[in-house]
Parts: sequence; C-alpha cells; structure tokens
Amino acid sequence: MIRLEKRPQPSRVWSLTTPLVAVVATMIMGGVLFALLGKDPVEAILTIFWDPLFGEFAFYYRPQLLVKGAPLVLIAIGLSLGFRAGIWNIGAEGQYIIGALTGAGVGLAFYPMEGWFIFPLMVFAGALGGWAWAMIPAVLKTRFGTNEILVSLMLVYVAEQFLASMSLGLMKNPEGFGFPGSRNLQQYASAHNAEIVTGTGMHWGVVAALIAVIFAYVLLNRHMLGYHIRLTGEAPRAARFAGVKPARLILFCLGASGALAGLAGMFEVSGPAGQVSIDFNVGYGFTAIIVAFLGRLHPVGILLAGGLMALTYIGGDIAQGNLGLPSAAIQVFQGMLLFFLLALDLLTNYRIAFGKPEVA
Amino acid sequence: MDLSAINPVLLIASLMVAATPLLLAAIGELVVEKSGVLNLGVEGMMITGAIAGFAAAVESGSPLAGFVVAAVAGAALSLLFAALTQVALANQVASGLALTLFGLGLSALLGQRYVGVKPPQMGRIDIPVLSDLPVVGPILFAHDVILYFGIALTGAVWAVLKFTRAGLVLRAVGENHEAAHALGYKVVRIRTLAILFGGACAGMGGAYISLIRVPQWTEGMTAGIGWIALALVVFASWKPWRALLGAYLFGGVTVVQLNLQAAGVAIPVEYLAMSPYLITILVLVILSADKSSAPASLGRSFHASR
Repeated sequence: MIRLEKRPQPSRVWSLTTPLVAVVATMIMGGVLFALLGKDPVEAILTIFWDPLFGEFAFYYRPQLLVKGAPLVLIAIGLSLGFRAGIWNIGAEGQYIIGALTGAGVGLAFYPMEGWFIFPLMVFAGALGGWAWAMIPAVLKTRFGTNEILVSLMLVYVAEQFLASMSLGLMKNPEGFGFPGSRNLQQYASAHNAEIVTGTGMHWGVVAALIAVIFAYVLLNRHMLGYHIRLTGEAPRAARFAGVKPARLILFCLGASGALAGLAGMFEVSGPAGQVSIDFNVGYGFTAIIVAFLGRLHPVGILLAGGLMALTYIGGDIAQGNLGLPSAAIQVFQGMLLFFLLALDLLTNYRIAFGKPEVA
Repeated sequence: MDLSAINPVLLIASLMVAATPLLLAAIGELVVEKSGVLNLGVEGMMITGAIAGFAAAVESGSPLAGFVVAAVAGAALSLLFAALTQVALANQVASGLALTLFGLGLSALLGQRYVGVKPPQMGRIDIPVLSDLPVVGPILFAHDVILYFGIALTGAVWAVLKFTRAGLVLRAVGENHEAAHALGYKVVRIRTLAILFGGACAGMGGAYISLIRVPQWTEGMTAGIGWIALALVVFASWKPWRALLGAYLFGGVTVVQLNLQAAGVAIPVEYLAMSPYLITILVLVILSADKSSAPASLGRSFHASR
C-alpha cells in the first residue's frame, strides 16, 4: 500500500533537485515526442541543448542566450514576487506590449532629434507603461475584489489589438512605403538599445535583468516587505494578524511585475526587435510563467531557469532550420517541463510511505 | 456606414451560434467549480478539442465523429490536470496555466497539416413547417444539432445539480471537502469525474468553433474564449441558466461588433475587436462584489490525512 505523508517541513533537498529531475524527465518525454514526429530524438535533444552552447556556430548563438534570456528573467522576477504572495498576474504579455509601445512612443516622438536624455526617458516610459497596465487589475482587485487572473489576461488581448492599431496607425513609419510597423529604432542612435560590448549580446536589458535579480534577492531576504510577501503566501491568516495590508501588497506586487514586464518590452523593441510591428510579441510573457516556476520563485533560480529557457528557444530555432522540427514542438516541450515540475513538487511537500499506517 | 445592412433576424441566429462554444465550455467549468476545483486550463482544452475534432471530422468525413473525438481529447487533457491537482496535489492555478500553455503548443503541432483545409459541413435540422416560418424559423428551428445539445446540457446540469442525489454530493464536495470525506464520499474520485466532464465540454466547445462557427483551422483560433468562459462562470454566480444568459450576452457583443466592422462604422476595427474583452472586465467588476455564491472549497487541495 503506497500512501502520501505530509512532511512537517518542505524538503530542502527535493526542492533543489526537482527542477533538475523535471528537466531530465522533459528531455526524455521530449525525445519520445520528437521520435513520434519522425526525428532522431538524440540528435534533436543535442541540437537544442548542446549546439547553441558548444556546437560549430556557438559563437553566433551564445550572445543570443543573453538577448532571449534577459526579457524572460526580467518578467519572471516580477511575476515571482506576486506568485509567492498568491497574487496571480498572468497578463505579463500585455504589460510587455504596452511597455514597448510607451517606450517606443517616447523615442519616436523625439525623432529625429539626438540627445543623451532620450534613451533614459524611454526606459522610464516603458516601465511606467507596464506599471500602469498592471495597475488596472491591481486597482480593480483592491477596490472591487475582481479576480486579477481573468482581468490581467483579458488585458493581453486588449493590448494585442492596441499594438495592431498602433503599428498600422499612429506609429506607422511615414517613410515605410505603406508597410505596417514603425520606424526602425536601431537606425536612430539616441533611441537604440545597442550592445554595450559588441558581439556579446549584452544590451541594457541584460543589465536591468541582473539588477532585478539582485534587487529581488535583497528584497525577499533582507527586507520587511519581502518578508511580508513570503508570509502572505505561506500563512495568509498569520500575515493578517501581523498587520500586513493585503491591498498594499497587491498594488506593489502587480505594479512591480508590470513595470519589469514593461521594461522588458521596451528594451526588446528598442534593441533586438527594432520596431513596433503587429507580431512584435512572441509570448515571453507566458514563457516567463514557466521560468518563474522552474526557478522555484527564487531570484537566483530564475536567473538559471531563464538561461535554460532561452536555450530551448535558440535550440528550437536551430532544430527548426536543420531538422525541420516544427516550432510548435518547442512550445509543447516547454509546456511539458511545467507539468513535470508541478507533478514532482509533490516530493518536496510529501513523503511516499509504504505499508499500512500504524494505529495510534 | 450602412447599418440597415444588418439583418436583426440573422443577427440573433448568428448570436446563438457565437454563444454556443462559450456556453459549452462554461457549463463544463461550472460543474468543475461546483466540485471545488478551479481549472484555468479551459483555453488549452478548448483549442485541443478544436484541432482534434477538426482532424477527426476531416479524416472521417463526419462532423459528429469530430465532436465525439473533441470531447475525448478535451477529457484526456483534463485527466492530466486531474492527475496533477488531485493525485500530485499541485497548485490548481499553476496547473491550469500549464494546461493552457501545453494545449496551445500541442494544438499548433497537431494542426500543421490542417491549415487551409475545409471541414465537412454540419447539417442543420429542418423541420418541415417550423423551419420555414418567417423570423421564428431561422432563430429557433434552423440550427445544427450541437447548438440544441448545448441548451439541453444546460438544462440537464441544472436539473442534476438541483434535484438529484449525485448533484447534492457534488455540491457537498465543493462546499466542504472535509465534511464530505468524513461522510464517506470519495472526494478525489468525484472531483476527477467533474474535471473530466469539464474537459469533454470544453473540447466540444472548441470543436464547435473550428467545425461550425468559423469553420476552418487556424493556430490559436480560440482567442481567449476559454478565458471568457471562466469569467462567465463568475458572471453566472455558478447557476446554469444564468450561464446561458451570459453566453448569449457575450455572443451578442461579439456578433454586433463583427457586424459593425462589416458595416464600416467609424470606429477602427482594432477597437471594436477589443470590446468583448473589455466588456468581460466590466462585467467582472460589477459582479465581483457578491462572492457569496462561490463554492466554499473552490481552489483548495484536498489530502485525506486520516
């Protein structure tokens, strides 16, 4: 007879090893999936996880790791704060889009003027845009008790329509021969989020992501607010007795995650993407949810998880080109990872016991 | 702009068609939530049902076979959710999100071969005299079978929840799982069955979009309808007939919005397309003041320690 026994305390060992076990399990199941698609599973897994780092063209792919990882880490750090306190912002994709629009909007408004102050202003505008978009579910939740999950998600679809309207209308490049999409910010020096060191992929978004990781670490481990966040997640009743104000926590967690997602969008549109276009967003806001969980909602874990997830994006692209693996297969792969992670979490909180329970 | 081009009879008839996927998914989720489980994976199950049903209908030539396969596919995916939340005791919010992300990827993968394919057409019922009536005929007596099935299902769920012992047990599990367990009811088993029912309904709702409403397959074609269905359950205060009313209301918004786009109203298309989502938020805000009718154990994991 197999049964589950709740551990008195979550196991530290399992808490650290489950992400690794989940990755291995996903690789195995992913291999099965790729085999079903008629690809050589070993070759596919190697293409995804080995080639970007150590393959023949790794010099080209390694910088991409930073480019793809930075937005994921930035967004996931923000989300993890809320997830810890049981505040579910799943509309980061929308905040990412709005941050990109406000950031790019400020830059485009100054065109063709050059000045050192333009880029910092864009950074500020991007964060503000994402923050404001996240304030909608936050204020509705605190004022009316509206479910933040549904509202933040509905706002993703609204933001997508807004993006379409902007790239076809207000922000359309007047010299773009009628094609949709804005001016290319990469060709506008004052607004370009250029690489800090050429050829490394290191742009200001990567710096911001690293700062966010350090900030979140200090906040959660050394600061009263971080303690309140953790307390609310683990023991909501105790938190209330301790005088934690839920409304302030909701405003802070949603606001912070919105601002970080907005920043990510702004750094992306002014750097790697270059322009506001209809299909500018590629789902970083949703993948970041997986990154947050894979990193165990811990800042350092998220940094590592962001790197791994970036790897699957890049490896997936290579596999698409070399092996003809459909891009959706990578999406399935990422979804599977989250499944295994959640399922294996059981081992952190419960112990598997054999035999009949003793009669007390 | 030419508003006179909008035919009110056709508008109401197409409103019912637009509402049916929402209704099916919402009724399924209503039962799931009544059992105390919050499954946020409706969108993922719908899109999986949409492609599974589409593929089955194209391969077999029968739309009805498509709906059966869609229900099975939706239920199969929801079984994953049940395993995660009922057996592995994982967080329901996170598991639901995982289901949606996985379903979106899986459907895109399965659907590659079906882009641009035309599905077999679903016949409409044709009752000799009634279907030919002016106004009433096209609105009430000239739809496909699934639309009527959706309405019948609403009635059936209402009756089961209100009048039968099974419904009472389901509600008991959702209100207080500890008490239900103490009375000897198998909480996990009952909840798993409810989750499977919800998955099957969502799958059929998805297939309705890809086989009847659109009808073709495009990636991510459910476009948030699963999430609106979740909001609809809140709107309905967990009451089946109010879910029907809500589905028709949202269906109406969608159809009117599309008609206005076609009529060339001076509002840009993008802003019209936002409206169903904005109205969902608005409705949520108005109704979220009253949470008293929500099942008391909603979203909480159950582990029998004794």
